Order: sequence, then structure tokens, then C-alpha cells
Amino acid sequence: MTLTVNDVKRIADLAYIEIDEGEAKETLIQLSGIFNLIETMQAVDTSTVEPMSHAQSVVQRLREDEVTETDQRELCQSIAPQVEAGLYLVPQVIE
Amino acid sequence: MFNASLKQLSSQLAEKKISSTELTTEFLNRIKKLNPEYNAFITLNEDISLAQAQAADKMLASGQAGPLTGIPIAQKDIFCAKGWLTTCGSKMLSNFISPYDAGVIERFNQAGTVNIGKTNMDEFAMGSSNETSFYGLVKNPWDVAAVPGGSSGGAACAVAARLAPAATGTDTGGSIRQPAALCGISGIKPTYGLVSRYGMIAFASSLDQGGPMAKSAEDLALLLNIMVGFDPRDSTSLQRDVEDYARDLQKPLAGLRIGLPKEYFAEGMSKDVESAIEKALDEYRKLGAEMVEISLPNAALSIPVYYVLAPAEASSNLSRFDGVRYGHRAPSYSDLGDMYRKTRAQGFGAEVKRRILIGTYVLSHGYYDAYYIKAQKLRRLIAQDFTEAYQQCNIIMGPTTPTVAFNLGEKSGDPIQMYLSDIYTSAANLTGLPAMSIPVGFGDKNRPVGLHIIGNYFMEAQMLNAAHQYQQITDWHLQSPV
Repeated sequence: MTLTVNDVKRIADLAYIEIDEGEAKETLIQLSGIFNLIETMQAVDTSTVEPMSHAQSVVQRLREDEVTETDQRELCQSIAPQVEAGLYLVPQVIE
Repeated sequence: MFNASLKQLSSQLAEKKISSTELTTEFLNRIKKLNPEYNAFITLNEDISLAQAQAADKMLASGQAGPLTGIPIAQKDIFCAKGWLTTCGSKMLSNFISPYDAGVIERFNQAGTVNIGKTNMDEFAMGSSNETSFYGLVKNPWDVAAVPGGSSGGAACAVAARLAPAATGTDTGGSIRQPAALCGISGIKPTYGLVSRYGMIAFASSLDQGGPMAKSAEDLALLLNIMVGFDPRDSTSLQRDVEDYARDLQKPLAGLRIGLPKEYFAEGMSKDVESAIEKALDEYRKLGAEMVEISLPNAALSIPVYYVLAPAEASSNLSRFDGVRYGHRAPSYSDLGDMYRKTRAQGFGAEVKRRILIGTYVLSHGYYDAYYIKAQKLRRLIAQDFTEAYQQCNIIMGPTTPTVAFNLGEKSGDPIQMYLSDIYTSAANLTGLPAMSIPVGFGDKNRPVGLHIIGNYFMEAQMLNAAHQYQQITDWHLQSPV
């Protein structure tokens, strides 16, 4: 597998991280090295192995549908970058 | 006092030879004197620490004290603590005063311990040298030219330099054990699911596990007694009977079967580390343990597998940092997408961005099966290796790290070399097995060597027993650089 600068830019776009041409080129070199290391995985035949997503084979716990948290909007919004009238402000999305 | 064990401090507090307020003040003064050199702490908050100490003194006076009431503990800056700046080593959270306590912090508060300060760490726990912290690197107190390890580098440094009696850490690929080894202290990553991840800022949720870092195995046992416990707010927290992790410390080791993986005692381990490990194994033979050669055939795959799975989970977990509800927001932007992109470009450091990009890529359309699913399949093979190994032995030992602490700056430009420092440690995260490191001597340049002890699931008491018995006949754990 060979990564290109355009791949790096596309991944950065998917990840919502602004990246300029110089950073993309530098990142390409590092990611290529890391993916060479990762490629060593392909040498092992895993056609009959089940994927393991978790260390413990436990079932997802369910709980009663009841209120457990109290309203802490003011406390939580006190550390927000921009709030108004109890709402988090972001740039306008809909005209 | 600075070299005292938790048990000794506890009895001094109980016998009123010292108050928690005095003890806390002594440690704060020591931090003020020595921390400018080491940079082990990101935040101190004397007012909160001393208020907790005064509350502890009241508990002690009224006879309601627990075993660690009044003892100062350094908390890794990954644990949200109400009213404390909680940065996770990142610019992204440089203004984040946590509105709530992590499960671990709550348990320490209930036990009446004192939060002595928030320790430095690699940004979002991504690193093995503590050089990726936005708040500056941490120095190894044994040799200030060396890294302390990471990501819990501030915690390891604080305990080694006796800036705190004990500390908390978290371990996703070795972040408790590797810095413990490089700083000559003891640290344990318990079985996945034992310590609550609620309020512990997430890196890779299926691998992250909190645990204690301290001078000795006995101290670790007392700390685990506080840290372990079911928390319904963590969906992977395990519901089990309460254990006393100190219950087996005094047991003799005769008959203990120690597995030595031939893949760990091979090329890659440096001579000085090998020599210290061999001497430690000789001590275990004297204690009556029996050595068994075992094999972990897929051991070498743990690094590539880890560097697919951990970044994949990280890219998902770190998507929450978008500049909307808390943390850094870019000062200027043209629209919402631009705000996200600039906020994240400015708020994250190079290593964090690198891992988010790896994770985004391996999860993206067309690569998911080739990388992510492939890595999950290999994760199962790695876990099966250990299941088979434990048919032949009770406990596994080897080096925690391939070399002693490397120099500051030596690997910071080469991510792959840095990643390989976790070659022996990341398998315990992939499998969820408990693992610990204890100091067993010194290697090149008089820098500490750590012995890695991997136990079977929920065998923490047995591991602590093995570590404690070794520490009864050696004094590496009592040595301090300062």
C-alpha cells in the first residue's frame, strides 16, 4: 500500500483537522513508516479467526429508565467557549 | 517522612505523630522546591489540597479514618477532578476546569486522601517519553538527561523524586508500567474493567485502565483497595466481590511457576537490562519459584495490532473535541466546518494528530477490513497465546522495557522507535490481563530497570504477593535519586 499526499489531505479532512501542504508532506513520510510496520500484520493467516473487540466477553448492562443526573446546565456552560440564553453558540449553519 | 511507606504514614497519622495538614504542607513545600527542575506537575491547588487535609484531620480525630485517610496522592491530569484544571496534557483542555469528579477521584475522596496536585503526562496519554505534553517535558529524577517514560511520566517522576507518597496513572499500551520501570518505582495496571473509566479522559476505551504507581507492592495493594470497584457509569466496569489486594502479600512463593516467554528473552532486549532481569529471576529461584520456558508466538504482532486499534478508538473518542461545549476554540473562522478544523489543528499536538489520522484511515471505507478487522483477529490470537501459556505457569515475567530510559530528544523525531518502547507492555492491554513493573536494579548510566510481571485475569493479589516477597529480600524499591 502506498499513501499519497492527497490521501493524507483526504484523511485530515475526514478527521476535521486543518493541514497545510508542508504538514501533509511531513505527515506522509511518518504515516508511510508507520503503515510499513502495520503491514507486517498481513503475513499471518487469520481467515478462521473471529475478531476480538474487547478484553472481557461481557454483555452490555442495561439499567432502569430513570433520572439519575440532576440539571447542571449552568455549571457545564460556565466553561463553554460561547453561550447565550442557555444555548451553545456556533457559526450559523442554515441561512 | 518522604521515604516512608503508606503503612508507616498511616500509623504516624493514626498515632497523631503528624497531622495530614502538616504532611500535605511538607510535600507541597518539597514540590515547590524540586518541581521547577522536573516539571512533574501541571497544576497545584494548595487551597483545595489543604482543605482536604483539614477534612482528613477531622476524620482522623473522630475515629472515622480509613487506611489511607490524610495521605497525599498525586493524580494524573487525565482524571477529571471537580474544581481542578484538568488538561490531559493538551492545549485543547488548557482552560478546562472540570465540573465533576472521575470515579477514581470520588473513591479517593471518600477514602479521605488528599489530592496533592495533577501530574504531567503525554498529550491525551499518547507517548512513551512525556515529551508530547503541551506543558513541557518531564525529566527523569535519576538522570535529568533521560526521559521519565510515558504517558504517566509526571506520576512516575513524582513518586521517584518523593514529591508524593503515591500517584495514579493510566495504561493503554504501557503508560503505567513503562514510566514506572524507567523511574525505578512500582506500578500496576489491573485487569481491564476493575478500575472505573468514568471521568478518565478516553484514549482507547477497550484498552485504557487506571492503576496506582508507588514505591512498593505493598503500597500498590493498599491503593488498589481504594481504586478498584464497580461503577455503573462505566459501561465496561466489572461487578465483582470486593477483594483485599493485600491479603496474600506474606504468602511464601515456593512452588510458584514463573513463565519466561522465549520471545521476550531474545533479540531486542539490551544486555544491561538482561543482566538485571536475570539477577531478579535468581532471587525468585531463591524464594522457591520454578522457572518454565513458555512461548507467545504472536508477541511481535502486538505493536502493529496496537497501532491500528488504539488510534482507531482514539480517532473516535477525540472527535468530541470540537470547540463547542468546552476547551479550546479557534479565535477566528469562516464557518462551522472551518471552526472545527482550525480548533482541532490548533488544539492538538503533532503526535495526537498523527494518531487521529492513522485511526481515521484504518476505519475509512475500503480499509476497515484490511486493517481494523485484521488487527482485531490478531488480537484474539495474541490473547490465545496467553491462555495457552497459563496452562503451564501461574505468572509470566520478563523485562518491562527493552532498554533503560533513553535520552530526552533521542526518539522524539522518530515515532516508530518511540512506539517500539512498548514492545513488551502492549499485549497486556490487548488481552486485558493485569500487569505490573517493579524496580530490580540499574543498567547503563545507572538508570533503573523494571521487571514486568503479567498475571492471569484477576490475579492481582498473587502478582502483588510475588512482587512483595521480592521486595522483602531486596532494597531497589527503597532507593531514591533525591
